[in-house]
Amino acid sequence: MSWRLWIPLMVFAGFIGLAAYQLTQPKDDIVESRMVGQELPYFELPPAVERGESISSADFADGTPRLLNIWASWCLPCIAEAPHLERLQREGAEIVGIAIRDRPEDVAQFLAQHGNPYTAIGRDDLSQVQLEIGSSGVPETFVIDGEGMIRYQHIGDIRPEDVPILLEELRKAGA
Amino acid sequence: MIAELGLAALWLAAALAALQTVAGFLSVRAGQGAEIAALIRPASMMQGLLVAFSFAMLLWLFAITDLSVKLVAANSHVDKPLIYKLSGTWGNHEGSMLLWVTVMAAAGALIAAVEHRLPERTMYATLGAQGLVALGFYGFLLLSSNPFERLPVPALQGMGLNPLLQDIGLALHPPTLYFGYVGLSVAFSFAVGALLTRSVTPDFARAMRPWVLGAWVFLTLGITAGSYWAYYELGWGGWWFWDPVENASLMPWLAATALLHSASVLASRDALRTWTIMLGVVAFSMSMIGTFLVRSGILTSVHAFAVDPERGTFILVLLTLYIGGALLLFALRANTISEGKRFSVTSREGALVFNNVMLSAILAIVLLGTLYPLLTEAFNVRVSVGPPYFNPVGAIFFMPMLLVMGVGPLLRWREDRPDRIRSELALFAALIIAAIVLLSLLVEIALLPLLGLAMGLGLAVASFMPLRSRQLGRIPAATWGMVLAHFGITVALIGMASESAFSEEELVALSAGESATVGPWTVTLEAVEPVAGPNWTAIQGRLSARYGDSEPVVLAPQARSFWAPPQQTTESALSTRWNGQLYAVIGDPAGEGRFQLRLWWKPFVTLIWYGGVVIALGGVLALIGHVLNDLRRRHRERRLDEQRSEEEALGILSGEERL
Amino acid sequence: MTRLLAAMLLTAFALPLAAQDTMPPAPYAYRQLDDPAAEAEAQDLMETLRCLKCQSQSIADSDAPMAGDMRHQVRIRIASGESPNEVRQWLTERYGDYVSYEPQISATTWPLFAIPILLVLVVGAILYRRFGKLP
Repeated sequence: MSWRLWIPLMVFAGFIGLAAYQLTQPKDDIVESRMVGQELPYFELPPAVERGESISSADFADGTPRLLNIWASWCLPCIAEAPHLERLQREGAEIVGIAIRDRPEDVAQFLAQHGNPYTAIGRDDLSQVQLEIGSSGVPETFVIDGEGMIRYQHIGDIRPEDVPILLEELRKAGA
Repeated sequence: MIAELGLAALWLAAALAALQTVAGFLSVRAGQGAEIAALIRPASMMQGLLVAFSFAMLLWLFAITDLSVKLVAANSHVDKPLIYKLSGTWGNHEGSMLLWVTVMAAAGALIAAVEHRLPERTMYATLGAQGLVALGFYGFLLLSSNPFERLPVPALQGMGLNPLLQDIGLALHPPTLYFGYVGLSVAFSFAVGALLTRSVTPDFARAMRPWVLGAWVFLTLGITAGSYWAYYELGWGGWWFWDPVENASLMPWLAATALLHSASVLASRDALRTWTIMLGVVAFSMSMIGTFLVRSGILTSVHAFAVDPERGTFILVLLTLYIGGALLLFALRANTISEGKRFSVTSREGALVFNNVMLSAILAIVLLGTLYPLLTEAFNVRVSVGPPYFNPVGAIFFMPMLLVMGVGPLLRWREDRPDRIRSELALFAALIIAAIVLLSLLVEIALLPLLGLAMGLGLAVASFMPLRSRQLGRIPAATWGMVLAHFGITVALIGMASESAFSEEELVALSAGESATVGPWTVTLEAVEPVAGPNWTAIQGRLSARYGDSEPVVLAPQARSFWAPPQQTTESALSTRWNGQLYAVIGDPAGEGRFQLRLWWKPFVTLIWYGGVVIALGGVLALIGHVLNDLRRRHRERRLDEQRSEEEALGILSGEERL
Repeated sequence: MTRLLAAMLLTAFALPLAAQDTMPPAPYAYRQLDDPAAEAEAQDLMETLRCLKCQSQSIADSDAPMAGDMRHQVRIRIASGESPNEVRQWLTERYGDYVSYEPQISATTWPLFAIPILLVLVVGAILYRRFGKLP
């Protein structure tokens, strides 16, 4: 009989252990995409700026690894990451953008103000491609290898220390 | 100066709590007649006065908006209306903790002043435990959350003018829940006191019961108000989301409900001793775990609140000490406490045990579902647990419990024959079965709402059956309270089931002059106009809504944009009838002069909250009944004592005569 | 207290205007399907899908643009004949179990179902022990 009286204390100790552990962990709200390691889902998007180029999933399977940057002109962290995207481009990364819920004139203004590291930008008004590749916010950056496979996902804006990581991931993807 | 006075009073109160604790536990060791025991009750009462004074000082600081105090500067604003300045006192972490210890110390003072039923040693242990719990919270306040901290340079205006918090419901909602939490802390102290002195008696249950009932009434009201607030304020017509923050307030309620029922078995029948003690500990631990989950920010729901890991750590340490200590004591002591009187399955006690076990199981499921995402996160896997889990899994235990709730009060204590209440059982079963058959034939309805409605209809009758063939005037208030509380559960259940089964939703884009129908309502968008408030602008829709052929009513939902801080809120507009509510929300422009409207017709949805109020009312009646009973009993005992001493005096005289 | 905190959460849910797009919502974000049966199916499903931007709300309860886009996806997929479970699957393939409020039995969620079953057994045992041997 008496061992049963210890059960509540044991359960409670388990809770305290879990709570204490979680208190020491940094709280992140990151939802990782399950599509990493899988083929880029099929999509075709119209250009996000006038006289720009449209993009499609087929473009990625041409042997060149690329960065796929999900962003928007209305997103404040995207301004913060713009210089680092440009640096990535200068280091030889090819960057394709997808603008989420954005207007061509706003995109053009953003590019004029903060620079344009993109080879092409697609326009995703319904967050369709964003949902297809399991991205849960802006900005996010995916590494796509030359066969059109998603290799890596970076969540949040790109900080200076992320640039070498992304370059390394690109290199691993065959650049 | 005011702030310093408040702080000094708080330190003094903390010192008295320490004295109360030490004196309490020393007296328990020394046994009856220890001299130090004389200190305990005065220390407890004085402590109550001092904290009340300290809290009054903080109220005063908020009332005059003393901007040299950090807490006031951070949470108030010179231009706030007075009522919201005052409610700002507890609308923040430090102030709410001060309110918490104030209520706790006041409760301690009250027990010290009026409770003389229990053996003195048990009272020393109880007050000692109460002092120890209070001491931890004083430490928390004084060491890491000092509400009276001064700013080196006074602020000019003050920061806080959060428009969402300037709502009368929200001003009163948090203290309501606090009163509930703190009431459970008193039950906890009683349980620890009884465990320490091994005196788990019906008197102990009677002493504890009013506190549990009071706490339970406050929790019921707090949850009901919170649910209604979420319903009209969040703008999507939902009234319960199984959000971790909501679960944190539901869990103490479930535990308190179980405790209430097992305490009444102990009080009337001297059975379920260890179980009642266990629930006393569990109920308070749920209050503390809830507070911890909400303040520490370890659950996703609360990440946005200005949480502080230090606070979380502090609460966790207190939680470990008190609850861990009490559970350890329980494990060591409980087997020396006998089970109490036995009873048969078909008895009032049997039904109450069933109810207790079911409530505990529901509590376990809510706790599991709330903590599970936290557990998997430790292994880097993120999962969500929501309504599709809680509703059916909870129902597995809730539905059988409801059946027993309908029958249990009809049974006699100790032992009863089911065939004695054959006709009542038959009526109850017939009602439920008839409702199930009729409803499933007449309407298309999912399983859970169907069961909910059928049970609700059956129980609505069954909950009044305990009154049958009795003279209504001679039924004790406590029985009326039980009947009313059970009926309240029924009312709320019907509301929930009906909302879930019969709600109709209509999303439309209308331009001025166009109409839409939702359920029996025809809603016409008359106009959309801009309106401005003190710190917001809004577009306001003027809707005329007509129920069937009756006179139209005007509704004015708004979509507000605040500019400091910039945020958007929706102000829903409601039209309430006896048989339900029309719920209207205006959204964004949809192009070509049209506006998005969201309309819901929710039949009998208001029963959910009326039910909550009826439950609380039942609790109040039961509380009054028990307190009156105790007073009467005390009076009778005093009369008996007087009689006895008179007789003895007479006896002595007559003896002398005989000599 | 809890509601107070919820109110503060609300301030967090209501995104600052500066960081919100100005595009009109997706066609089916605020529009019901014409077929009432399909709409009911979609509605039931949406209430069990988690809005990824706004912690702790379903996509049926949120004004966030991404929740609107997800509602659009759900409605058009249901309208094109997919079953609610296929749509849920489509999302969990992309976001994991996190996106669904309805835990599916899997390697990570089995205790959620095992523990209630265990509870039923324990409850049965407690009741049996208490009552079984009594008069």
